[in-house]
Amino acid sequence: MVGVTRGYRVFQLVNGFVLTLVVLVTLFPFVNIVARSFSGEQEIRSGQVSIWPKGFNLTTYERVMSDAMFWTNYRNTVFYTVVATAIALVLTTCYAYVLSKRNLKGRGLLVGIAVFTMFFNGGLIPNYVLVSSLGLRNTLWAIVLPNAISVFNLLVMKAFFESLPVELEEAAAVDGTGTYGTLLRIVLPLSKAVLATMLLFYAVSFWNSWFAGFLYMDRQELFPVTVYLRNLIAGATSGTDNTATSEAALQIAASIQAVTIVLIMLPIMLVYPFIQRYFVSGVMLGAVKG
Amino acid sequence: MLTAQASPPQSTEDPPDTPLRPRRRSWAQALRRDWQLYSLAVLPLLFFLIFRYLPMLGNVIAFRRYEPGGDLLGEYWVGLRYFRMFLADPTFWQVFTNTAVIGTLTLLFCFPLPIILALLLNEVRTRWLKGFVQTVSYLPHFLSIVVVAGLILQTVSIDGVINQGLRAFGQDPVAFIQEPGWFRTLYVSSEVWQTVGWGTILYLAALTTIDSDLYDQARVDGANRWRQTWHVTLPGIRPTMITLLILNIGTFLAVGFEKILLLYNPLTYVTADVVSTYLYRVGIVSGSFSYAAAIGLFESLIGLALVLGANSLSRRVAGTSLW
Repeated sequence: MVGVTRGYRVFQLVNGFVLTLVVLVTLFPFVNIVARSFSGEQEIRSGQVSIWPKGFNLTTYERVMSDAMFWTNYRNTVFYTVVATAIALVLTTCYAYVLSKRNLKGRGLLVGIAVFTMFFNGGLIPNYVLVSSLGLRNTLWAIVLPNAISVFNLLVMKAFFESLPVELEEAAAVDGTGTYGTLLRIVLPLSKAVLATMLLFYAVSFWNSWFAGFLYMDRQELFPVTVYLRNLIAGATSGTDNTATSEAALQIAASIQAVTIVLIMLPIMLVYPFIQRYFVSGVMLGAVKG
Repeated sequence: MLTAQASPPQSTEDPPDTPLRPRRRSWAQALRRDWQLYSLAVLPLLFFLIFRYLPMLGNVIAFRRYEPGGDLLGEYWVGLRYFRMFLADPTFWQVFTNTAVIGTLTLLFCFPLPIILALLLNEVRTRWLKGFVQTVSYLPHFLSIVVVAGLILQTVSIDGVINQGLRAFGQDPVAFIQEPGWFRTLYVSSEVWQTVGWGTILYLAALTTIDSDLYDQARVDGANRWRQTWHVTLPGIRPTMITLLILNIGTFLAVGFEKILLLYNPLTYVTADVVSTYLYRVGIVSGSFSYAAAIGLFESLIGLALVLGANSLSRRVAGTSLW
């Protein structure tokens, strides 16, 4: 480019500096927590650990990983996530497909029913009363059913289905394929990208969720691992043995929290570089209609 | 219209100038023809009915006396008793103020900062560098709120890095998490940390759609970089800005319930307790369901009014709106 002024070059320099700062500030808490997770308790307590482990050891990892309840809750999270994601994906796909049919009578009403819930909801108490009186407490369904369709995801999928060429489905209809057949054999194979995106959206949100488990589950062996962590940071459990004195429990708390946080983040961090662009494309797709 | 007419209901959607479209079918015809499609909608509709609309109805317990374990919709009518109760409740006004303050601060920082970051990112010409900064800045968005709370608590703890810094400067360590004066700062800055990168996505997309001819013309007119940004770039992303502003205003009072629940403690209630956390304690913890439902209904109605208000305001002032 001709005529790059001095002022602009100064701006580029400042800009680079600001963005570097953004990156460092964003990453710092992660680096810090990993460093703490590998550090000795004494070194953490005396405030020596920042970006590099001090008093390197793996005993805290051993301790957390040998806690049976941690693994039970970790398994619960995996199980809840798989079941909830599968159900959410099926329901969202069905409804989004119906909504994408422009000539369907009553389509506007069906869209309105979903969209209205984005702006007005029953609130915490009526939901709590409902879930309790349906007898869903202490079951997987308390986590799955109340969140089975995210309207945002629904709109993303609807936008995608609407972008598919109508002719394909018409051709299928001429060949005598019914609605179900068209959806399963024509539309879904063409929608792998959006299905993958939705799968990730739902899986990450169910993996990360804690409040439903916290609210509707009273038995420790049913908790998702996020509730395990919340009880840990709220000081409600000491992490491993409950026989330890409270002073000792306090002593081990910092590194145990760090290890638990790292272990819960780990799966997301591992897949993050690969899934990130799907998320971005999903968000864009949802925004197209806006 | 009061005159009785036997004609079928008029459709209001069909514009009259599209005679080529097939005539509106009756419901019976539509059902016979598209029953397979409608059948796909049955389970999702049941979901919306039971888990979205039934709780809306469930709000009648705000006007009725509800006993836990009793009739789902309450025992008998009490009228506006619970509304009068919370309007006369000093704690309610305190949490309402806290909600408004935290909501305003969040809006003040979390709305403009993504725009600024997007503009800065847009000036980066090195592709991989831009991608790297984006990837890193999106990362916190993918974490569970519990993990975020854990990270915050570890960072600001007595042995955490912030206090290490303070000690390095010869200051006394601060117990941030127990100080009411620090809660809002903690909340808002962690909110920025978590959302700013993710918030740039739509702006960056909007920036790529701006016609580059506009920049050339501005340059011909003698506009420097700064003027180009002001007169071309910002107007170019204005629709996106307005859309997101409406959405932000609509959720302005629904401040991060889960995060506050994880971060606050009785010592910081003075500044941290918001409407939703208060109603959680009143309703779920203490079991005053009807009272809490009244507070919740009030909160939802304000939220709805805010979205509708912001939307119609922006339609009138800026000519863009969500619907």
